[in-house]
Amino acid sequence: MALVAMATGFVLILIGFYGALTNRNLLRMIVAFTIADTGVNIVIVAIGYMHGRTAPILDATISAREAVARIIDPVPQALVLTAIVIGLGVTALMLAYAYKLFEKKRTLDIARFAELKW
Amino acid sequence: MIKRLLALLLLAAIGSVFAVLLLGYTPDAELNLTARYYAERTAADIGAANIVTAIVVTYRGLDTLGEVTVLFLSATIVGLVLAQGSGPGRSPSVRTPVGELLGTGARVLAPLILLLGVYVFVNGHLTPGGGFQGGAIVASGMLLLLLADPLRQFSHGLISTIESVAGIAYVAIGVLGLVLAGGFLDNRILPLGTLGELASAGAIPLIYSLIGLKVGAEFSSMLASLSETEEL
Repeated sequence: MALVAMATGFVLILIGFYGALTNRNLLRMIVAFTIADTGVNIVIVAIGYMHGRTAPILDATISAREAVARIIDPVPQALVLTAIVIGLGVTALMLAYAYKLFEKKRTLDIARFAELKW
Repeated sequence: MIKRLLALLLLAAIGSVFAVLLLGYTPDAELNLTARYYAERTAADIGAANIVTAIVVTYRGLDTLGEVTVLFLSATIVGLVLAQGSGPGRSPSVRTPVGELLGTGARVLAPLILLLGVYVFVNGHLTPGGGFQGGAIVASGMLLLLLADPLRQFSHGLISTIESVAGIAYVAIGVLGLVLAGGFLDNRILPLGTLGELASAGAIPLIYSLIGLKVGAEFSSMLASLSETEEL
């Protein structure tokens, strides 16, 4: 199960990279980056998964004493929580810059922005 | 075409690295040392039922403060970048009215969505959820309002007041932890209470509510900046 999730994550990362490398439209590149971002998050969560265990939340069925034997690794989940939020901030920034670039050149084609090309 | 070929070659290289990682991966049978520490000590030390929340808000509270700062910076920069150029000359364009379903639905649903967001961030120490998730839900309520009335102007003053008050209170609670308890952002400035109750886990519900308000205000200000930019 963890392997399926991890493989899905890796495939999503590759799809995202492919989209970012081959598309010339800035908006499509931003979408591709968010897909790769999601793939990374899925891989990290899948690393924390352990077979036959449950979510790291203590309640009536999981007492504090048996938590060590019953819960999955909470650290990757905390990491992904951070990564999702930062990913959203990065996406918002990319969209704002794409808007400014469009305002300047009236196009979203990356090939038309040749100032930093060598 | 040569570019596409190069891209595919690069992807094949990265993909083979991933394949090696995937095939060589064996899941742990036991919790590792860090996870074991958190699993054993959270209930006694922090008093939060949700161990992920205990890690995010208290054990690694300083990192969360940094995360909130990054989010604040990106909201500010989005506002700054999009505000330039859209001078006083912008005129509200006339748009076709939104549909009856969206207009009425937004009026019915927006308060419920805000309530759900508040529920999620107040119960962050008990249920899967917390300040960031709750804040995102609050902002999605704002997005619904914007969709129903694209010309609606949110008060930027109110949003930035909520945001700065929540941020200052967050840091102040952290400093109180330094003075009254074991360290910066220590949650034991308030009694830990009984595990699993709403008023438990010390300052965590307070801190996560402040984070929820701050994140909701930041996302809303990003949405407002994006929606108020001039039509090209």
